[in-house]
Amino acid sequence: MEIPYTVQNRPDTGIYNAKLGIWLFLASEVMLFGGLFSAYILLRVGAEPGMWPHGWLNVTLGTVNTLLLALSAITTLLAWAACKVRDFTKFKIFHACTILLALTFLGIKSYEYHDKLIHYEIALANGKFADGHLVEKSADFDLAKKTGTVTLHGHIVEDRKELMDLRSPEAQAAKHDEITIAATDIKKMENYGPKHNTFTAIYFTLTGLHALHILGGTVVIFYFWAFGGAMWKTDPERFTNRIEVSGLFWHFVDLVWIFLFPVLYLT
Amino acid sequence: MQATVQQFPPFREGAAHPAHDDHGHHEHHEPNFWQKYIFSTDHKVIGIQYGFMSLCFMLFGFFLMMLMRWQIAHPGVPVPVLGPLLGKICGPMAAGGAISPDLYNSFGAMHGTIMVFLGVVPLAFAAFGNYVVPLMIGAPDMTFPRINMASFHAFFLGGVVMLVSFFIPGGAAQAGWTSYSPLASTIPTNGQAFWLVGMVLLITSSLLGAVNFIATIIQLRAPGMTWMRMPFFVWAQFVTAFILLLAFPPLEAAGVLQLMDNVAHTSFFLPTGLAVGGQLADRSGGGSPLLWQHLFWFLGHPEVYVLILPAMGIVAEVIANNTRKPLWGYKSLVYSALFVGFLSFIVWAHHMYLTGMGQKIATFFQTTTMIISVPSVIILTCMFLSLWGGSIRINTPMLFALGFLPMFGIGGLTGLPLGLAAADLYLHDTYYVIAHFHYVVAPGTIFALFAGVYFWFPKITGRKMNEFWGRVHFWCSFVFMNLVFMPMFAQGIKGMLRRMSDGAVNYSAARVPNAIDTLPGSVMELNTWILWAAIALGVAQIPFIINLFWSISHGEKVENDNPWDATTLDWQTPTPPPHGNFAHEPIVLRGPYEYSAPGHATDFTPQDEAEGPSAPRTPTAHH
Repeated sequence: MEIPYTVQNRPDTGIYNAKLGIWLFLASEVMLFGGLFSAYILLRVGAEPGMWPHGWLNVTLGTVNTLLLALSAITTLLAWAACKVRDFTKFKIFHACTILLALTFLGIKSYEYHDKLIHYEIALANGKFADGHLVEKSADFDLAKKTGTVTLHGHIVEDRKELMDLRSPEAQAAKHDEITIAATDIKKMENYGPKHNTFTAIYFTLTGLHALHILGGTVVIFYFWAFGGAMWKTDPERFTNRIEVSGLFWHFVDLVWIFLFPVLYLT
Repeated sequence: MQATVQQFPPFREGAAHPAHDDHGHHEHHEPNFWQKYIFSTDHKVIGIQYGFMSLCFMLFGFFLMMLMRWQIAHPGVPVPVLGPLLGKICGPMAAGGAISPDLYNSFGAMHGTIMVFLGVVPLAFAAFGNYVVPLMIGAPDMTFPRINMASFHAFFLGGVVMLVSFFIPGGAAQAGWTSYSPLASTIPTNGQAFWLVGMVLLITSSLLGAVNFIATIIQLRAPGMTWMRMPFFVWAQFVTAFILLLAFPPLEAAGVLQLMDNVAHTSFFLPTGLAVGGQLADRSGGGSPLLWQHLFWFLGHPEVYVLILPAMGIVAEVIANNTRKPLWGYKSLVYSALFVGFLSFIVWAHHMYLTGMGQKIATFFQTTTMIISVPSVIILTCMFLSLWGGSIRINTPMLFALGFLPMFGIGGLTGLPLGLAAADLYLHDTYYVIAHFHYVVAPGTIFALFAGVYFWFPKITGRKMNEFWGRVHFWCSFVFMNLVFMPMFAQGIKGMLRRMSDGAVNYSAARVPNAIDTLPGSVMELNTWILWAAIALGVAQIPFIINLFWSISHGEKVENDNPWDATTLDWQTPTPPPHGNFAHEPIVLRGPYEYSAPGHATDFTPQDEAEGPSAPRTPTAHH
């Protein structure tokens, strides 16, 4: 038994099965990310005045990542075109680029996550707030037992609101030094992880889900890249279709980033 | 449409024995048990897998309901028979065999979840859809057989996760099947996290299924099977698949966010200043509880049509077959189903009139809600009118289909007051709502599903289910179903609150003599009646269960492949259909309901019968 139209287009619908399947899947993905972006809008509109962060993310790194993905979209297209003209060597080169670009993207993303996870906000006993990146914790540092000290590279502010808009002239002018704080002076210490506030929550969730999509796409493309040779020899047309379908998914994942970048980094 | 299409699969000649049929994939290899029943890619086996699992889940959900009904009728009294077992499984939550309020809450949440996501949807959409749709459109299988298998496995895993959550410390989810935040993030049990992971698996399963169904219906229709020659059942599944495809992902998004709330302690749905147990919660706040409700009901309402459309499809097939005449208004049915599917995406907030989201929004959703009742009424009217002037054959499937019509009618009409904000404010938290949606789903959808089981059983097994016990099953179910749900309308109108573990006994005159706003004793007494009706309803299912299994090997054998004299392609296959389905390439020449065509020798003309009385006709030729 064989399923018809796995490779050839059905004459009256003009499409082969897998391509229709991936478009349907992408429609559902649009609704998934649509739901998440709607959540973003509702949460941002409902945020307390002055408490939505600005400039918390590194625009340079974000831009580099955007360019990486844009470039990978081009190499994906070229890889498919190479299959279309039956040039397997070129396909190998282009999709090797795609995989490297994707891995670089994930590397930069991990660095950004790490940067947020070692960034601490400390509520001090005197009502002020220390904010900065962790330099070191003393060996006996224990918040519960109130022993030891912690050293941050950052600054101390009077009000949390001053930490919200890092693009403001005041924030730009702030001087960052190494500050050492005793555990006895700490009321609450929290890094910029997902639970820090609504912005970091949605930042980690949205970019995390997107990164999972990138990872999934990379695994699939790598599979075709590394183990596709056998099918290329027996059924190059089917293989080309597979590259087209995985490419459609890849373009969609790129497109999601094109929305994520301005929404999270630039506004 | 061309009469022939290239690349149609090579069909094996002659009827095949199902037990020996897998030659296409495993030349001269007898598939072992695992290949045949667990890792099968055959749409029919997957359909049966889904059917069996979902029937088991429905029975389990029914038992949860019986325990809850006992608790409502006899608050705090140890459960008879099952009490000791319950105490062992649920520990302190069922001390002495009595159901604690926490356990009641978790039963309530899981009854809803299991019935909707593990019972009715998998049976109506996945089981019947998988088995019947490829047969009806003349396809050899689904477009993506392996994805189909993955869909079932994800479903199975989701079910396992849901069931496992009963046994963890703290027990299963307790925040209702709607899992409203902040409640869902503050109850001290990991059951909610299990629920969310289970839901993500179930959503994945339905996504894979939906993609497969749509692609199959678009790509694998047999030559000549044009859109308007598709049986209404296929249309209903097509619309359902689109609803699942597009409505479920926002719930998946919401599920991911709530999982973050529960596991990573974010505050997507937790407002600023949230206090738990009198203490300010250690949360950043700034979230929106209303956001969860919007995302949930964006799925939740279309889900109602996921529950009802396949049922309508089954009823349409059974009615057309047993009235021996074409469905009345086939095109109206199709366009109504499409319109319902579209409109179901913009009615969700009628579940939220009580949330204070604002009068303007309420007015908008009230309007769309009234509009969506129009196509539903058209569908039901078409089915009623189809009976007009038919020489109706009464058999078990037809009885269930006929039972569906008034029962769904009651369910639908009692929904109208709930669609209007002013009436809903009073009724929303009462038993009226429980009665309303159970009339839609229980005597409505589930009756249609029973009709489907009795109707397609001969195609699946080659034997009919016992007619006498089928009728016993129908009449007992019909009577007791109404005895269970009808009193709830009265209770609700009198103001009995739902979700109360003690049957709202604390509002009754018995506890607080002479208090204002108490419920009369007669309303409370109904709880005992409902309990006994529910037990009787459970007993009424025993003939069905025995009949189902007994008939597989002992039922009356069918004389031919088309025992009901049906026209659609699913009956023009060998019995049971082999791997690849058709013994010959089906070429469709006419519409789906060519019954009693003038001049034809028999009172039915199969869609692919070559020697028709005349040239191919359109399905509306009779209207």
